[in-house]
Amino acid sequence: MSNFPFLSVLTVAPLVGALVVAFLPRHRPELAKQVAFAWSLLVLVLSVVMWVSFKADGQRFQFRESYSWIPNWGISFTFAADGIALVMLMLIAVLVPLVILASWHDAESSKRSVPVYFALLLVLECTMIGVFAAADVFLFYVFFEVMLVPMYFLIGSYGGHQRQYAAVKFFLYSLVGGLFMLAAVIGLWVVGGKTLDWQTLSQVDISTGTERWLFLGFFIAFAIKAPFFPFHTWLPDAGGAAPAGAAALLVGVLDKVGTFGILRYCLPLFPEASKWFAPWALALGVIGIVYAALLAVGQNDLKRLVSYTSIAHFGFIGVGIFAFTTQAGTGAVLYMLNHGLATGLLFLVVGMLISRRGSALISDFGGAGKLVPVLAGVLFFAGLASLALPGTAPFISEFLVLIGTFTVNKPVAIIATLGIILAAAYVLWMVQRTTQGTLNPALTEVDGMRRDLNLREKVVVAPLIALIVLLGFFPKPVTDVINPAVQATMDDIGRTDPAPSVGGTVQEAGR
Amino acid sequence: MTELKLPSIDYAALSPILIMLGTALLGVLVEALVPRRWRHVVQLTLALLAVLAALTMVVLNSDERIITAGQALAIDGPTLFLQGAILVLAAMALLLIGDRSVERGGAFVAQAAVTAESADDRRQAEGRNGLTEVYPLTTFAIGGMLIFVAANDLLTMFIALEVFSLPLYLLCALARRRRLLSQEAAMKYFLLGAYASAFFLFGVALIYGFTAGMPGRPAGVDFATIHAAVSESPASQVLLFAGMALLAIGLLFKAAAAPFHVWTPDVYQGAPTPVTGFMAACTKVAAFGALLRVFHVAFTDANWDFTPVLGAVAVLTMLIGAVLAVTQTDIKRLLAYSSIANAGYLLVGVLAPSRDGLAGTMFYLVAYGFSVLAAFAVVTLVRDADGEATHLSRWAGLGRRSPFFAALFTFILLAFAGIPLTSGFMSKFAVFGPALENGQTWLVIAGVLTSMVLAFPYLRVVVMMWLSEPGESTPTVTVPGGLTSAALMIGVLATLVLGIAPAPLLDLATGAAEFVR
Repeated sequence: MSNFPFLSVLTVAPLVGALVVAFLPRHRPELAKQVAFAWSLLVLVLSVVMWVSFKADGQRFQFRESYSWIPNWGISFTFAADGIALVMLMLIAVLVPLVILASWHDAESSKRSVPVYFALLLVLECTMIGVFAAADVFLFYVFFEVMLVPMYFLIGSYGGHQRQYAAVKFFLYSLVGGLFMLAAVIGLWVVGGKTLDWQTLSQVDISTGTERWLFLGFFIAFAIKAPFFPFHTWLPDAGGAAPAGAAALLVGVLDKVGTFGILRYCLPLFPEASKWFAPWALALGVIGIVYAALLAVGQNDLKRLVSYTSIAHFGFIGVGIFAFTTQAGTGAVLYMLNHGLATGLLFLVVGMLISRRGSALISDFGGAGKLVPVLAGVLFFAGLASLALPGTAPFISEFLVLIGTFTVNKPVAIIATLGIILAAAYVLWMVQRTTQGTLNPALTEVDGMRRDLNLREKVVVAPLIALIVLLGFFPKPVTDVINPAVQATMDDIGRTDPAPSVGGTVQEAGR
Repeated sequence: MTELKLPSIDYAALSPILIMLGTALLGVLVEALVPRRWRHVVQLTLALLAVLAALTMVVLNSDERIITAGQALAIDGPTLFLQGAILVLAAMALLLIGDRSVERGGAFVAQAAVTAESADDRRQAEGRNGLTEVYPLTTFAIGGMLIFVAANDLLTMFIALEVFSLPLYLLCALARRRRLLSQEAAMKYFLLGAYASAFFLFGVALIYGFTAGMPGRPAGVDFATIHAAVSESPASQVLLFAGMALLAIGLLFKAAAAPFHVWTPDVYQGAPTPVTGFMAACTKVAAFGALLRVFHVAFTDANWDFTPVLGAVAVLTMLIGAVLAVTQTDIKRLLAYSSIANAGYLLVGVLAPSRDGLAGTMFYLVAYGFSVLAAFAVVTLVRDADGEATHLSRWAGLGRRSPFFAALFTFILLAFAGIPLTSGFMSKFAVFGPALENGQTWLVIAGVLTSMVLAFPYLRVVVMMWLSEPGESTPTVTVPGGLTSAALMIGVLATLVLGIAPAPLLDLATGAAEFVR
């Protein structure tokens, strides 16, 4: 089964689905939704099969496929996945069907074509899978840029208030980052001897000065995408304006391309420069954690609040990556997965609340738990997962990042811990102001607020809750896959974990 | 008395040029002899057939690598590739020029001599059939361009320049509507073009002076002599530098590079849109073909001298094109500034003196030509009772009114912005890669930075079309007839195919990318 071309089929399948959905008759929106949902389930099934056939103790890159593309430039369609990519592909495959299900009625309120909305979601899935599956820098860049187009139209055509502004800002920020990366890609192509194959490039020695410039080109693109402070200002606008489902994908998956890119491209291809820039990157990460958390506390718009929490979480991921220890690295990758699940859930639940109330402002809620107890409970759970309560999956990743960082860089780890306290503040306060306390009388006049979660919405949140709890207690299946890949990445930059100091004292005691 | 020796002429190699110029003369006869109501069909068919015949000859000649007609014309890889490009793009432009279904009677005035804004003028605008003289004019221009990219000495190049410029000046003045704007455009283009030609000719004279006095060699302006003179001539280097500068001015004017670009927005806006498309695609190919040959064949050994200057021109061109495009409110002017910025990117390719650089530049020219013709094809379709609605505010909500054409135009704009899976991205890579390889790092960085700026105006049009609500004044998109649809679809498909599978054309360009000297 491992000879099956999983990655290319997974990339192309959603695109075919998108074409099918887009050409369904416009007056039969239900059919379009069903076809899109079925198609995304198909992708999920295929991804599960791929997960099963992945050998955790096997080669670093598996499912490698290569087809000639532009021989003149030494560029080919090369796909391959390591453990990190596999986890992200799985996250996409899980999230997309849930998002389609959660967005069942989103497109109808916008007066625009419903089939096109679901077709765009599938196109987005195609580009997201492609970006994680690519093993040729050129191919990666192609998906990295093309990804903007469906997202741009999802925000711009189907979004809420200020959607035009948000869509343009999103597109321009990402494009600017992408063009920096283009310069670096061309540079890499030249110094790499006219090839952009990842495996070949990882063997190439680059002079220190060039390496730093190339690193910077890639890093800026990824820092804008992730986003890290101070490149983050587009995310609250985009997240706030996007329809909830698209926002869940935007924050849950799209932004992970940034951190994934750093792990896959910046660190292994430019190891010296990575070490040289690491203090700066750590500083950006720490500032992001504290600054975004403080801003999140002050938000009155639910979706913007969730966006800011994400920026804080990306700070954690950044710190985990640039601490250069296996623990922190594994924590960061696990964080990418768990954050996708937890924040994805939070965005979807918040979207359900907003569609009922017809407003995203926290001040328009108050005591909603009395009207929609199940929904309020799910919101509370999603909030707790987001603040990394022990027993939920994000706790493990956050803890790994912190202890992994603590062994090498105590100040950063200590300041980052502040982020945990602030997370409690923004999440709990948000939950309290929306669902707890005295009932806001205005809420009772809104019809939507009398309907609690229906079956469709329960089906959306149940798998996410189950996964968050399951991975909170038993992360081993995932860490088994991630660990070798992270270990290999750390080997690429030539960092080994510091010897445990307790071991040292034991030795001394034994003497 | 020395015996006059006739130069040998390889007629087969020159056949594309002869076919085009012959057809142009035939077109003049058609004007004189064929009854008025048949002229349009006869002329259009004749012109298209000639382009096809010439293209066939180019393909049949594809292995030819010779210098013929004395030292006047070089039929080598770049010549054949660029001639092929000009012919294909010209065929598309002819389809746009020949369309009479979008606007009744076509895009051209019925009687050029009618006073603008007079009662007669209003009557002719109502839909009397347009002039058919445009076809011989266009074929003359195409013929001139074919010579221009093949010219192997500066005098031939000058004559070719005039042969294709003069018909273009006239064509610009022939818009059916907004006649004053059109005539003003033609006047400006003519005056500035005449200056540029004069500069070019003066440059030729200086270079001739520079080549004189080489031991054992006669003076001359063919490229082999100039090439030898650059390293051997005892004449003052001032003659060389001044001559090169003046030649460059003449060529950069045609290529619409800053600071010789000022005519571009006015002329692009005023000229009939099919002619604008023709200029944006074919004139660009011809001008850059000549630039490549002059700098890579004649002045190769002076590249230390011209590279910094042309580099500065390239940066300035990219900057001016990108920054001023942001402020435009008229779609044709916006495309004009975008075309200026693209001239800058092409210059980056010209400054990469390697086989890959040459191939990349030629690839860029073809890819850009297809996209820009498709873009102007869409512009001809968006119209109201007064003709084309070119003001950007009028395009608001076009995506709702006619999603199909808005989607095509969006795709073209994404190609201009250099988003992958379009030819625009591949062509940027094709010129920036070799440029970086040849040490032009700063040019590449300038190119990338200006691309960021340039993305904004394109995106603004996309926002206008899709995210704004249609207003009272949103024009309708005319459903195009066969000719315009064909041109539009060819352009869009080429943009897509070259974006996904550029390898065949790149192979062709790389195989052709070697000059003969």
